[in-house]
Amino acid sequence: MSMHNQRKEYGKMLVELGEQNPDIVVLEADLGKSTMSCMFEEKFPERYFEMGIAEQNMTSFAGGLALAGKIPFTNTFAVFATGRAYDQIRQSIATAKLNVKIVGSSSGMSDFGDGATHQSVDDIAIMSAIPNLTVFTPCDGVEVRKAVEAAVAVDGPCYIRLCRNDLEDIFPEDAKYRVGEPVVLRDGTDVAVFTHGIMAHGALEAAKLAKEKGISVKVVHIPTVKPLNEEAVKACAAGMKGIVVCEESNIRGGLNMLISYILRGSAIPMESVAVMDVFGQSASSHAELLQEYGLDAGSILEKIEKLTK
Amino acid sequence: MLDQREKQALMERACEIRKDIVTMIGVGKAGHLGGSCSLADIVTVLYFHKMRHDPKNPDMRDRDRFILSKGHAAIVQYAALMECGYFDKEASIHTLKKLGSHLQGHPDMRKLVGIEANTGSLGQGVSLAAGLAAGLRLDQIDSKVYVAVGDGELAEGQLWEAFMAASNFGLDNLRVIIDRNGLQATGRTADRFKIGNLEDKMRSFGFEVLVIDGHDMDQIAGALDRADEVKGKPVCIIADTVKGKGIPFAEGVAAFHNGTLTQEQYQEALRVLEEA
Repeated sequence: MSMHNQRKEYGKMLVELGEQNPDIVVLEADLGKSTMSCMFEEKFPERYFEMGIAEQNMTSFAGGLALAGKIPFTNTFAVFATGRAYDQIRQSIATAKLNVKIVGSSSGMSDFGDGATHQSVDDIAIMSAIPNLTVFTPCDGVEVRKAVEAAVAVDGPCYIRLCRNDLEDIFPEDAKYRVGEPVVLRDGTDVAVFTHGIMAHGALEAAKLAKEKGISVKVVHIPTVKPLNEEAVKACAAGMKGIVVCEESNIRGGLNMLISYILRGSAIPMESVAVMDVFGQSASSHAELLQEYGLDAGSILEKIEKLTK
Repeated sequence: MLDQREKQALMERACEIRKDIVTMIGVGKAGHLGGSCSLADIVTVLYFHKMRHDPKNPDMRDRDRFILSKGHAAIVQYAALMECGYFDKEASIHTLKKLGSHLQGHPDMRKLVGIEANTGSLGQGVSLAAGLAAGLRLDQIDSKVYVAVGDGELAEGQLWEAFMAASNFGLDNLRVIIDRNGLQATGRTADRFKIGNLEDKMRSFGFEVLVIDGHDMDQIAGALDRADEVKGKPVCIIADTVKGKGIPFAEGVAAFHNGTLTQEQYQEALRVLEEA
Protein backbone atom coordinates (compact mmCIF):
# COMPACT_ATOMS: atom_id res chain seq x y z
CA MET A 1 0.00 0.00 0.00
CA SER A 2 1.41 3.36 -0.85
CA MET A 3 1.01 6.39 1.38
CA HIS A 4 0.14 9.90 0.36
CA ASN A 5 -0.46 13.15 2.11
CA GLN A 6 -3.71 14.95 1.29
CA ARG A 7 -2.09 18.38 1.57
CA LYS A 8 0.65 17.52 -0.89
CA GLU A 9 -1.74 15.88 -3.33
CA TYR A 10 -3.89 18.99 -3.07
CA GLY A 11 -0.93 21.27 -3.76
CA LYS A 12 0.09 19.20 -6.80
CA MET A 13 -3.46 19.14 -8.11
CA LEU A 14 -3.78 22.92 -7.72
CA VAL A 15 -0.71 23.35 -9.90
CA GLU A 16 -2.04 20.89 -12.50
CA LEU A 17 -5.41 22.59 -12.64
CA GLY A 18 -3.73 25.99 -12.63
CA GLU A 19 -1.86 24.98 -15.77
CA GLN A 20 -5.09 24.02 -17.50
CA ASN A 21 -7.23 26.88 -16.29
CA PRO A 22 -5.85 30.44 -16.09
CA ASP A 23 -8.84 31.55 -14.00
CA ILE A 24 -7.74 29.53 -10.98
CA VAL A 25 -6.30 31.82 -8.31
CA VAL A 26 -5.11 30.94 -4.82
CA LEU A 27 -5.32 32.87 -1.55
CA GLU A 28 -3.40 32.12 1.60
CA ALA A 29 -3.38 33.39 5.19
CA ASP A 30 0.30 32.80 6.00
CA LEU A 31 0.11 29.03 6.28
CA GLY A 32 1.20 28.25 2.73
CA LYS A 33 4.03 25.94 3.73
CA SER A 34 1.59 23.84 5.73
CA THR A 35 -1.48 23.97 3.47
CA MET A 36 0.88 23.41 0.52
CA SER A 37 -0.57 26.33 -1.40
CA CYS A 38 3.13 27.28 -1.63
CA MET A 39 3.37 24.88 -4.58
CA PHE A 40 0.99 27.10 -6.54
CA GLU A 41 2.80 30.24 -5.40
CA GLU A 42 6.06 28.92 -6.79
CA LYS A 43 4.53 28.14 -10.17
CA PHE A 44 2.06 31.02 -10.56
CA PRO A 45 3.13 33.92 -8.33
CA GLU A 46 0.95 36.40 -10.24
CA ARG A 47 -2.16 34.35 -9.44
CA TYR A 48 -1.28 33.85 -5.79
CA PHE A 49 -2.50 36.25 -3.10
CA GLU A 50 -0.78 36.23 0.26
CA MET A 51 -3.47 37.90 2.37
CA GLY A 52 -1.60 38.00 5.65
CA ILE A 53 -3.08 36.51 8.80
CA ALA A 54 -6.54 37.85 8.03
CA GLU A 55 -8.94 35.01 7.22
CA GLN A 56 -12.07 37.13 7.17
CA ASN A 57 -10.76 39.53 4.56
CA MET A 58 -9.25 36.63 2.62
CA THR A 59 -12.63 34.95 2.37
CA SER A 60 -14.63 37.97 1.20
CA PHE A 61 -11.74 39.05 -1.07
CA ALA A 62 -11.98 35.61 -2.68
CA GLY A 63 -15.67 36.36 -3.23
CA GLY A 64 -14.62 39.52 -5.07
CA LEU A 65 -12.23 37.55 -7.25
CA ALA A 66 -15.11 35.20 -8.08
CA LEU A 67 -17.19 38.24 -9.06
CA ALA A 68 -14.43 38.99 -11.57
CA GLY A 69 -14.83 35.49 -13.05
CA LYS A 70 -11.96 33.83 -11.20
CA ILE A 71 -12.05 30.47 -9.43
CA PRO A 72 -10.43 31.28 -6.09
CA PHE A 73 -9.15 28.69 -3.60
CA THR A 74 -8.75 29.99 -0.04
CA ASN A 75 -6.32 28.23 2.24
CA THR A 76 -5.89 28.00 5.99
CA PHE A 77 -6.56 25.47 8.74
CA ALA A 78 -10.10 24.10 8.74
CA VAL A 79 -10.87 25.57 12.13
CA PHE A 80 -10.08 29.12 10.95
CA ALA A 81 -11.49 28.68 7.44
CA THR A 82 -14.89 27.73 8.79
CA GLY A 83 -14.96 29.40 12.19
CA ARG A 84 -13.07 32.65 11.92
CA ALA A 85 -14.53 33.35 8.48
CA TYR A 86 -17.97 31.79 8.96
CA ASP A 87 -19.92 34.98 8.37
CA GLN A 88 -17.85 35.85 5.31
CA ILE A 89 -18.60 32.43 3.80
CA ARG A 90 -22.27 32.79 4.61
CA GLN A 91 -22.81 36.41 3.64
CA SER A 92 -20.23 37.36 1.03
CA ILE A 93 -20.11 34.00 -0.75
CA ALA A 94 -22.93 31.54 -0.14
CA THR A 95 -25.96 33.83 -0.40
CA ALA A 96 -24.69 34.91 -3.82
CA LYS A 97 -23.53 31.39 -4.80
CA LEU A 98 -20.09 32.75 -5.60
CA ASN A 99 -17.63 30.30 -7.09
CA VAL A 100 -15.17 30.14 -4.20
CA LYS A 101 -13.42 26.96 -3.04
CA ILE A 102 -12.68 27.01 0.69
CA VAL A 103 -10.03 24.51 1.66
CA GLY A 104 -9.87 23.50 5.31
CA SER A 105 -6.44 22.04 6.00
CA SER A 106 -5.35 20.14 9.13
CA SER A 107 -8.99 19.30 9.82
CA GLY A 108 -10.52 17.22 12.57
CA MET A 109 -7.99 16.05 15.15
CA SER A 110 -5.20 15.84 12.59
CA ASP A 111 -3.31 18.82 14.01
CA PHE A 112 -2.73 16.65 17.05
CA GLY A 113 -0.06 18.73 18.78
CA ASP A 114 -1.75 22.12 18.68
CA GLY A 115 -4.76 21.22 20.78
CA ALA A 116 -8.38 22.33 20.90
CA THR A 117 -7.92 25.75 19.28
CA HIS A 118 -6.54 24.14 16.14
CA GLN A 119 -8.74 21.05 15.87
CA SER A 120 -11.97 21.32 13.91
CA VAL A 121 -14.71 19.25 15.47
CA ASP A 122 -17.45 21.57 14.21
CA ASP A 123 -16.52 22.38 10.60
CA ILE A 124 -18.73 19.71 9.04
CA ALA A 125 -21.76 20.89 10.99
CA ILE A 126 -21.30 24.56 10.25
CA MET A 127 -20.43 24.13 6.57
CA SER A 128 -23.32 21.71 6.05
CA ALA A 129 -25.69 24.21 7.61
CA ILE A 130 -24.98 26.86 4.97
CA PRO A 131 -27.25 26.63 1.93
CA ASN A 132 -25.63 26.42 -1.54
CA LEU A 133 -22.38 24.85 -0.27
CA THR A 134 -20.94 21.56 -1.51
CA VAL A 135 -18.96 19.83 1.25
CA PHE A 136 -16.15 17.48 0.17
CA THR A 137 -14.75 14.94 2.65
CA PRO A 138 -12.06 12.94 0.83
CA CYS A 139 -10.61 9.88 2.52
CA ASP A 140 -7.09 9.80 1.08
CA GLY A 141 -4.63 11.44 -1.29
CA VAL A 142 -6.04 9.75 -4.38
CA GLU A 143 -9.51 11.06 -3.65
CA VAL A 144 -8.26 14.57 -2.91
CA ARG A 145 -7.17 14.86 -6.53
CA LYS A 146 -10.60 13.80 -7.72
CA ALA A 147 -12.35 16.06 -5.20
CA VAL A 148 -10.39 19.17 -6.15
CA GLU A 149 -11.05 18.54 -9.82
CA ALA A 150 -14.75 18.01 -9.08
CA ALA A 151 -14.87 21.20 -7.01
CA VAL A 152 -13.62 23.21 -9.97
CA ALA A 153 -16.40 21.72 -12.06
CA VAL A 154 -19.02 22.82 -9.51
CA ASP A 155 -20.18 26.35 -10.32
CA GLY A 156 -20.65 27.49 -6.75
CA PRO A 157 -19.11 27.56 -3.29
CA CYS A 158 -17.36 24.43 -2.02
CA TYR A 159 -15.70 23.37 1.19
CA ILE A 160 -12.91 20.76 0.97
CA ARG A 161 -11.80 19.13 4.20
CA LEU A 162 -8.21 17.89 4.31
CA CYS A 163 -6.20 15.86 6.81
CA ARG A 164 -2.74 16.94 7.92
CA ASN A 165 -1.12 13.52 8.10
CA ASP A 166 0.00 10.83 5.66
CA LEU A 167 -2.68 8.30 4.73
CA GLU A 168 -2.67 4.96 2.97
CA ASP A 169 -4.27 4.98 -0.48
CA ILE A 170 -7.69 3.35 -0.28
CA PHE A 171 -9.84 5.14 -2.83
CA PRO A 172 -9.90 3.02 -5.99
CA GLU A 173 -7.97 4.91 -8.71
CA ASP A 174 -10.40 3.74 -11.35
CA ALA A 175 -13.54 4.48 -9.29
CA LYS A 176 -15.93 6.90 -10.86
CA TYR A 177 -16.02 9.98 -8.70
CA ARG A 178 -19.40 11.66 -8.58
CA VAL A 179 -20.41 14.44 -6.24
CA GLY A 180 -23.10 13.22 -3.86
CA GLU A 181 -22.65 9.49 -4.58
CA PRO A 182 -21.57 7.08 -1.84
CA VAL A 183 -18.66 4.78 -2.72
CA VAL A 184 -18.64 1.18 -1.51
CA LEU A 185 -15.04 0.51 -0.48
CA ARG A 186 -15.73 -3.05 0.68
CA ASP A 187 -18.81 -5.17 0.32
CA GLY A 188 -20.47 -7.08 3.13
CA THR A 189 -23.79 -8.48 4.26
CA ASP A 190 -24.19 -8.04 8.02
CA VAL A 191 -23.37 -4.46 8.95
CA ALA A 192 -22.88 -1.33 6.83
CA VAL A 193 -20.35 1.20 8.12
CA PHE A 194 -20.76 4.71 6.71
CA THR A 195 -17.79 7.07 6.91
CA HIS A 196 -16.58 10.41 5.66
CA GLY A 197 -13.04 11.73 5.47
CA ILE A 198 -10.30 9.71 7.12
CA MET A 199 -12.68 7.43 9.03
CA ALA A 200 -12.74 5.04 6.07
CA HIS A 201 -9.30 3.83 7.21
CA GLY A 202 -10.50 2.77 10.67
CA ALA A 203 -13.66 1.31 9.19
CA LEU A 204 -11.74 -0.90 6.72
CA GLU A 205 -9.49 -2.11 9.51
CA ALA A 206 -12.49 -2.83 11.70
CA ALA A 207 -14.13 -4.70 8.81
CA LYS A 208 -11.05 -6.95 8.55
CA LEU A 209 -11.10 -7.64 12.27
CA ALA A 210 -14.83 -8.35 12.12
CA LYS A 211 -14.33 -10.83 9.33
CA GLU A 212 -12.08 -12.85 11.61
CA LYS A 213 -15.03 -13.02 13.96
CA GLY A 214 -17.36 -14.13 11.20
CA ILE A 215 -19.07 -10.75 10.65
CA SER A 216 -19.39 -9.44 7.11
CA VAL A 217 -19.03 -5.66 6.97
CA LYS A 218 -19.76 -3.30 4.13
CA VAL A 219 -17.82 -0.01 4.20
CA VAL A 220 -19.48 2.93 2.49
CA HIS A 221 -17.51 6.12 2.11
CA ILE A 222 -19.33 9.43 1.65
CA PRO A 223 -17.22 11.69 -0.61
CA THR A 224 -19.48 14.71 -0.13
CA VAL A 225 -21.48 15.13 3.05
CA LYS A 226 -23.47 17.62 1.01
CA PRO A 227 -25.10 16.94 -1.36
CA LEU A 228 -25.78 13.29 -0.61
CA ASN A 229 -27.90 10.90 -2.65
CA GLU A 230 -30.42 9.74 -0.06
CA GLU A 231 -31.71 6.83 -2.13
CA ALA A 232 -28.17 5.49 -2.51
CA VAL A 233 -27.69 5.61 1.26
CA LYS A 234 -30.96 3.74 1.76
CA ALA A 235 -29.87 1.13 -0.78
CA CYS A 236 -26.55 0.61 1.02
CA ALA A 237 -28.33 0.12 4.35
CA ALA A 238 -31.06 -2.16 2.99
CA GLY A 239 -31.03 -5.70 4.34
CA MET A 240 -28.33 -5.02 6.95
CA LYS A 241 -28.63 -6.05 10.58
CA GLY A 242 -27.52 -2.57 11.50
CA ILE A 243 -25.35 0.37 10.52
CA VAL A 244 -22.50 2.30 12.12
CA VAL A 245 -21.89 5.91 11.12
CA CYS A 246 -18.34 7.13 11.71
CA GLU A 247 -16.97 10.64 11.60
CA GLU A 248 -14.03 12.58 12.96
CA SER A 249 -16.31 15.46 13.86
CA ASN A 250 -19.03 16.37 16.27
CA ILE A 251 -22.03 14.06 16.57
CA ARG A 252 -24.18 17.20 16.49
CA GLY A 253 -24.83 18.31 12.96
CA GLY A 254 -22.68 15.73 11.21
CA LEU A 255 -23.14 12.63 9.07
CA ASN A 256 -24.72 10.71 11.97
CA MET A 257 -27.65 13.06 12.18
CA LEU A 258 -27.93 13.23 8.41
CA ILE A 259 -28.06 9.45 7.96
CA SER A 260 -30.46 8.96 10.85
CA TYR A 261 -32.69 11.49 9.08
CA ILE A 262 -32.32 9.70 5.74
CA LEU A 263 -33.16 6.34 7.30
CA ARG A 264 -35.99 7.66 9.46
CA GLY A 265 -38.83 5.18 9.79
CA SER A 266 -36.71 2.24 8.63
CA ALA A 267 -36.20 0.92 12.18
CA ILE A 268 -32.68 -0.22 11.25
CA PRO A 269 -30.47 -0.34 14.36
CA MET A 270 -27.78 2.34 14.29
CA GLU A 271 -24.60 3.02 16.24
CA SER A 272 -22.39 6.11 16.17
CA VAL A 273 -18.66 6.72 16.20
CA ALA A 274 -18.06 10.45 16.45
CA VAL A 275 -16.69 13.24 18.59
CA MET A 276 -19.26 13.31 21.36
CA ASP A 277 -19.72 17.06 21.69
CA VAL A 278 -16.31 17.80 23.21
CA PHE A 279 -13.22 19.69 22.08
CA GLY A 280 -9.94 17.94 21.41
CA GLN A 281 -6.60 18.42 23.17
CA SER A 282 -2.89 18.11 22.46
CA ALA A 283 -1.40 14.66 22.02
CA SER A 284 1.71 13.09 20.58
CA SER A 285 -0.02 11.60 17.53
CA HIS A 286 -3.23 11.68 15.56
CA ALA A 287 -3.74 7.98 16.28
CA GLU A 288 -3.54 8.64 20.01
CA LEU A 289 -6.33 11.21 19.73
CA LEU A 290 -8.50 8.94 17.60
CA GLN A 291 -8.19 6.30 20.29
CA GLU A 292 -8.81 8.76 23.13
CA TYR A 293 -12.05 10.00 21.58
CA GLY A 294 -13.28 6.56 20.51
CA LEU A 295 -12.70 7.09 16.80
CA ASP A 296 -10.28 4.22 16.13
CA ALA A 297 -10.80 0.83 14.48
CA GLY A 298 -11.28 -0.86 17.85
CA SER A 299 -14.13 1.48 18.71
CA ILE A 300 -15.76 0.88 15.34
CA LEU A 301 -15.43 -2.88 15.81
CA GLU A 302 -17.13 -2.67 19.20
CA LYS A 303 -20.13 -0.97 17.61
CA ILE A 304 -20.24 -3.54 14.81
CA GLU A 305 -20.24 -6.37 17.33
CA LYS A 306 -22.93 -4.71 19.39
CA LEU A 307 -25.18 -4.68 16.35
CA THR A 308 -24.62 -8.37 15.60
CA LYS A 309 -25.08 -9.74 19.10
CA MET B 1 -15.84 69.59 -14.09
CA LEU B 2 -19.58 69.81 -14.49
CA ASP B 3 -21.11 72.55 -16.55
CA GLN B 4 -24.13 74.34 -15.19
CA ARG B 5 -26.61 72.30 -17.23
CA GLU B 6 -25.08 68.97 -16.18
CA LYS B 7 -25.08 70.04 -12.59
CA GLN B 8 -28.73 71.06 -12.74
CA ALA B 9 -29.63 67.76 -14.38
CA LEU B 10 -27.82 65.79 -11.68
CA MET B 11 -29.56 67.73 -8.93
CA GLU B 12 -32.91 66.93 -10.53
CA ARG B 13 -31.92 63.27 -10.80
CA ALA B 14 -30.94 63.18 -7.14
CA CYS B 15 -34.32 64.64 -6.28
CA GLU B 16 -36.07 61.89 -8.27
CA ILE B 17 -33.95 59.30 -6.51
CA ARG B 18 -34.96 60.68 -3.11
CA LYS B 19 -38.60 60.59 -4.18
CA ASP B 20 -38.17 56.96 -5.23
CA ILE B 21 -36.61 56.22 -1.83
CA VAL B 22 -39.58 57.73 0.01
CA THR B 23 -42.06 56.01 -2.32
CA MET B 24 -40.38 52.63 -1.86
CA ILE B 25 -40.46 52.92 1.92
CA GLY B 26 -44.09 54.06 1.91
CA VAL B 27 -46.23 54.58 4.99
CA GLY B 28 -46.03 52.71 8.28
CA LYS B 29 -43.14 50.41 7.34
CA ALA B 30 -39.58 50.58 8.53
CA GLY B 31 -37.05 51.65 5.91
CA HIS B 32 -33.48 52.90 5.83
CA LEU B 33 -34.31 56.45 4.87
CA GLY B 34 -31.46 58.33 6.55
CA GLY B 35 -28.42 56.52 5.21
CA SER B 36 -29.98 56.20 1.76
CA CYS B 37 -30.59 59.94 1.47
CA SER B 38 -27.10 60.81 2.73
CA LEU B 39 -25.66 58.79 -0.16
CA ALA B 40 -28.16 59.91 -2.81
CA ASP B 41 -26.07 62.65 -4.42
CA ILE B 42 -22.95 60.49 -4.64
CA VAL B 43 -24.91 57.58 -6.12
CA THR B 44 -26.49 59.99 -8.62
CA VAL B 45 -23.13 61.28 -9.82
CA LEU B 46 -21.79 57.73 -10.09
CA TYR B 47 -24.68 56.31 -12.13
CA PHE B 48 -25.56 59.41 -14.20
CA HIS B 49 -22.17 60.96 -14.76
CA LYS B 50 -19.14 58.96 -13.79
CA MET B 51 -19.51 55.23 -14.19
CA ARG B 52 -19.14 53.33 -17.46
CA HIS B 53 -22.20 51.11 -17.51
CA ASP B 54 -25.08 50.10 -19.75
CA PRO B 55 -28.49 49.11 -18.37
CA LYS B 56 -29.14 47.22 -21.61
CA ASN B 57 -25.94 45.24 -21.19
CA PRO B 58 -25.63 44.83 -17.42
CA ASP B 59 -22.98 42.11 -17.69
CA MET B 60 -20.69 44.21 -19.90
CA ARG B 61 -17.22 43.03 -18.97
CA ASP B 62 -15.55 46.39 -18.71
CA ARG B 63 -18.31 48.14 -16.79
CA ASP B 64 -17.43 50.07 -13.67
CA ARG B 65 -18.83 48.48 -10.53
CA PHE B 66 -20.58 49.96 -7.52
CA ILE B 67 -20.89 47.94 -4.31
CA LEU B 68 -22.75 49.09 -1.23
CA SER B 69 -20.83 47.83 1.75
CA LYS B 70 -23.48 49.61 3.83
CA GLY B 71 -26.05 47.27 2.31
CA HIS B 72 -28.88 48.66 4.41
CA ALA B 73 -28.91 51.68 2.09
CA ALA B 74 -30.04 49.32 -0.71
CA ILE B 75 -32.94 51.55 -1.69
CA VAL B 76 -30.69 54.33 -2.93
CA GLN B 77 -29.08 51.86 -5.32
CA TYR B 78 -32.48 50.42 -6.31
CA ALA B 79 -33.65 53.97 -7.06
CA ALA B 80 -30.60 54.69 -9.22
CA LEU B 81 -30.94 51.38 -11.07
CA MET B 82 -34.63 51.92 -11.80
CA GLU B 83 -34.01 55.51 -12.91
CA CYS B 84 -31.29 54.21 -15.25
CA GLY B 85 -33.73 51.67 -16.65
CA TYR B 86 -32.18 48.44 -15.36
CA PHE B 87 -35.69 47.28 -14.46
CA ASP B 88 -39.22 48.58 -14.65
CA LYS B 89 -39.81 51.27 -12.10
CA GLU B 90 -43.60 51.21 -12.12
CA ALA B 91 -43.75 47.44 -11.64
CA SER B 92 -41.24 47.45 -8.79
CA ILE B 93 -41.43 50.61 -6.76
CA HIS B 94 -44.20 49.38 -4.45
CA THR B 95 -42.73 45.90 -3.90
CA LEU B 96 -39.87 46.70 -1.51
CA LYS B 97 -39.32 43.84 0.97
CA LYS B 98 -42.54 42.12 -0.10
CA LEU B 99 -42.53 38.30 -0.35
CA GLY B 100 -41.06 37.26 -3.68
CA SER B 101 -39.90 40.77 -4.62
CA HIS B 102 -36.55 41.33 -6.27
CA LEU B 103 -36.18 44.40 -4.06
CA GLN B 104 -34.87 42.66 -0.96
CA GLY B 105 -34.15 44.40 2.31
CA HIS B 106 -30.47 44.19 1.42
CA PRO B 107 -28.93 43.94 -2.07
CA ASP B 108 -29.08 40.50 -3.67
CA MET B 109 -27.25 40.07 -6.98
CA ARG B 110 -29.12 36.84 -7.70
CA LYS B 111 -32.47 38.57 -7.41
CA LEU B 112 -31.92 41.97 -8.98
CA VAL B 113 -30.14 43.00 -12.16
CA GLY B 114 -27.46 45.63 -11.66
CA ILE B 115 -26.48 44.53 -8.15
CA GLU B 116 -22.81 43.51 -8.10
CA ALA B 117 -22.50 41.69 -4.76
CA ASN B 118 -24.50 40.55 -1.76
CA THR B 119 -24.02 42.81 1.21
CA GLY B 120 -25.81 43.46 4.45
CA SER B 121 -23.54 41.95 7.06
CA LEU B 122 -21.53 45.12 7.62
CA GLY B 123 -17.81 45.35 7.03
CA GLN B 124 -17.50 42.92 4.11
CA GLY B 125 -18.03 45.16 1.07
CA VAL B 126 -14.52 46.55 0.81
CA SER B 127 -13.02 43.04 0.83
CA LEU B 128 -15.39 42.05 -1.96
CA ALA B 129 -14.63 45.22 -3.90
CA ALA B 130 -10.88 44.81 -3.42
CA GLY B 131 -10.99 41.18 -4.60
CA LEU B 132 -13.05 42.26 -7.60
CA ALA B 133 -10.58 45.06 -8.35
CA ALA B 134 -7.68 42.59 -8.12
CA GLY B 135 -9.45 40.16 -10.43
CA LEU B 136 -10.21 42.84 -13.02
CA ARG B 137 -6.60 43.94 -12.90
CA LEU B 138 -5.41 40.36 -13.49
CA ASP B 139 -7.46 40.35 -16.68
CA GLN B 140 -6.22 43.83 -17.58
CA ILE B 141 -9.76 45.15 -17.63
CA ASP B 142 -9.73 48.88 -17.14
CA SER B 143 -12.75 49.15 -14.84
CA LYS B 144 -13.10 51.04 -11.60
CA VAL B 145 -14.65 49.54 -8.49
CA TYR B 146 -16.52 51.93 -6.20
CA VAL B 147 -17.55 50.84 -2.75
CA ALA B 148 -19.61 52.87 -0.28
CA VAL B 149 -18.99 52.44 3.43
CA GLY B 150 -20.86 54.00 6.34
CA ASP B 151 -19.01 55.82 9.09
CA GLY B 152 -20.72 53.75 11.78
CA GLU B 153 -19.67 50.69 9.81
CA LEU B 154 -16.01 51.61 10.31
CA ALA B 155 -16.08 49.86 13.69
CA GLU B 156 -16.05 46.57 11.78
CA GLY B 157 -12.52 45.16 11.96
CA GLN B 158 -12.67 43.43 8.60
CA LEU B 159 -12.76 46.84 6.88
CA TRP B 160 -9.33 47.60 8.25
CA GLU B 161 -8.04 44.25 7.06
CA ALA B 162 -9.44 45.12 3.65
CA PHE B 163 -7.91 48.61 3.69
CA MET B 164 -4.51 47.07 4.42
CA ALA B 165 -4.97 44.53 1.63
CA ALA B 166 -6.07 47.17 -0.91
CA SER B 167 -2.97 49.15 -0.08
CA ASN B 168 -0.71 46.09 -0.01
CA PHE B 169 -1.80 45.15 -3.53
CA GLY B 170 -1.69 48.75 -4.76
CA LEU B 171 -5.26 48.61 -6.06
CA ASP B 172 -5.52 51.98 -7.78
CA ASN B 173 -8.72 50.84 -9.53
CA LEU B 174 -10.50 50.81 -6.17
CA ARG B 175 -12.30 53.81 -4.65
CA VAL B 176 -13.60 53.60 -1.11
CA ILE B 177 -16.28 56.22 -0.48
CA ILE B 178 -16.99 56.82 3.17
CA ASP B 179 -20.44 58.27 3.76
CA ARG B 180 -19.59 60.29 6.86
CA ASN B 181 -23.07 61.28 7.96
CA GLY B 182 -22.08 61.26 11.61
CA LEU B 183 -24.98 59.15 12.80
CA GLN B 184 -25.49 55.47 13.44
CA ALA B 185 -28.56 53.54 14.52
CA THR B 186 -28.44 54.62 18.15
CA GLY B 187 -27.02 58.13 17.98
CA ARG B 188 -24.05 60.26 16.93
CA THR B 189 -21.02 58.21 15.91
CA ALA B 190 -18.87 60.65 17.88
CA ASP B 191 -20.79 59.74 21.04
CA ARG B 192 -21.49 56.08 20.45
CA PHE B 193 -18.09 54.82 19.30
CA LYS B 194 -15.20 57.15 18.61
CA ILE B 195 -12.95 56.26 15.71
CA GLY B 196 -10.60 59.23 15.92
CA ASN B 197 -9.09 61.08 12.98
CA LEU B 198 -10.37 59.29 9.93
CA GLU B 199 -8.28 61.20 7.39
CA ASP B 200 -5.07 60.35 9.22
CA LYS B 201 -6.11 56.75 9.67
CA MET B 202 -6.87 56.27 5.98
CA ARG B 203 -3.62 57.94 4.96
CA SER B 204 -1.65 55.75 7.31
CA PHE B 205 -3.38 52.72 5.81
CA GLY B 206 -1.92 53.73 2.46
CA PHE B 207 -4.81 55.52 0.78
CA GLU B 208 -4.87 58.73 -1.20
CA VAL B 209 -7.48 60.63 0.79
CA LEU B 210 -9.89 63.24 -0.57
CA VAL B 211 -12.39 64.98 1.70
CA ILE B 212 -15.48 66.50 0.13
CA ASP B 213 -18.97 67.79 0.80
CA GLY B 214 -20.98 64.74 -0.23
CA HIS B 215 -23.94 66.85 -1.32
CA ASP B 216 -22.02 69.18 -3.64
CA MET B 217 -22.24 67.81 -7.18
CA ASP B 218 -19.09 69.68 -8.29
CA GLN B 219 -17.05 68.35 -5.40
CA ILE B 220 -18.31 64.79 -5.87
CA ALA B 221 -17.58 64.78 -9.61
CA GLY B 222 -14.25 66.53 -9.05
CA ALA B 223 -13.08 63.98 -6.48
CA LEU B 224 -14.12 61.06 -8.66
CA ASP B 225 -12.11 62.54 -11.54
CA ARG B 226 -9.10 63.24 -9.36
CA ALA B 227 -9.17 59.64 -8.17
CA ASP B 228 -8.47 58.53 -11.75
CA GLU B 229 -5.12 60.30 -11.67
CA VAL B 230 -3.85 58.45 -8.59
CA LYS B 231 -1.52 55.59 -9.46
CA GLY B 232 -0.21 52.73 -7.37
CA LYS B 233 -2.52 53.10 -4.40
CA PRO B 234 -6.23 53.01 -3.60
CA VAL B 235 -8.27 56.17 -3.15
CA CYS B 236 -10.53 57.01 -0.25
CA ILE B 237 -13.12 59.73 -0.68
CA ILE B 238 -14.42 60.86 2.68
CA ALA B 239 -17.77 62.49 1.98
CA ASP B 240 -19.24 64.65 4.70
CA THR B 241 -22.96 64.17 4.45
CA VAL B 242 -26.21 64.73 6.32
CA LYS B 243 -28.26 61.70 7.24
CA GLY B 244 -31.75 62.07 5.80
CA LYS B 245 -30.54 64.86 3.47
CA GLY B 246 -33.30 66.50 1.45
CA ILE B 247 -36.11 65.61 3.81
CA PRO B 248 -36.11 68.38 6.44
CA PHE B 249 -37.78 66.54 9.30
CA ALA B 250 -35.38 63.58 8.87
CA GLU B 251 -32.14 65.51 8.43
CA GLY B 252 -29.66 64.68 11.18
CA VAL B 253 -32.17 62.55 13.07
CA ALA B 254 -30.79 59.13 14.07
CA ALA B 255 -34.32 57.73 14.49
CA PHE B 256 -34.69 57.77 10.69
CA HIS B 257 -31.79 55.32 10.32
CA ASN B 258 -34.47 52.67 9.89
CA GLY B 259 -37.55 54.67 10.77
CA THR B 260 -41.20 54.59 9.84
CA LEU B 261 -43.00 57.39 8.01
CA THR B 262 -46.49 58.44 9.04
CA GLN B 263 -48.97 59.35 6.29
CA GLU B 264 -48.31 63.03 7.02
CA GLN B 265 -44.52 62.61 6.93
CA TYR B 266 -44.74 60.62 3.71
CA GLN B 267 -46.79 63.36 2.01
CA GLU B 268 -44.57 66.08 3.46
CA ALA B 269 -41.40 64.38 2.20
CA LEU B 270 -42.77 63.98 -1.34
CA ARG B 271 -44.08 67.58 -1.34
CA VAL B 272 -40.73 69.03 -0.28
CA LEU B 273 -38.89 66.96 -2.90
CA GLU B 274 -41.41 68.00 -5.57
CA GLU B 275 -40.76 71.63 -4.79
CA ALA B 276 -36.97 71.29 -4.52
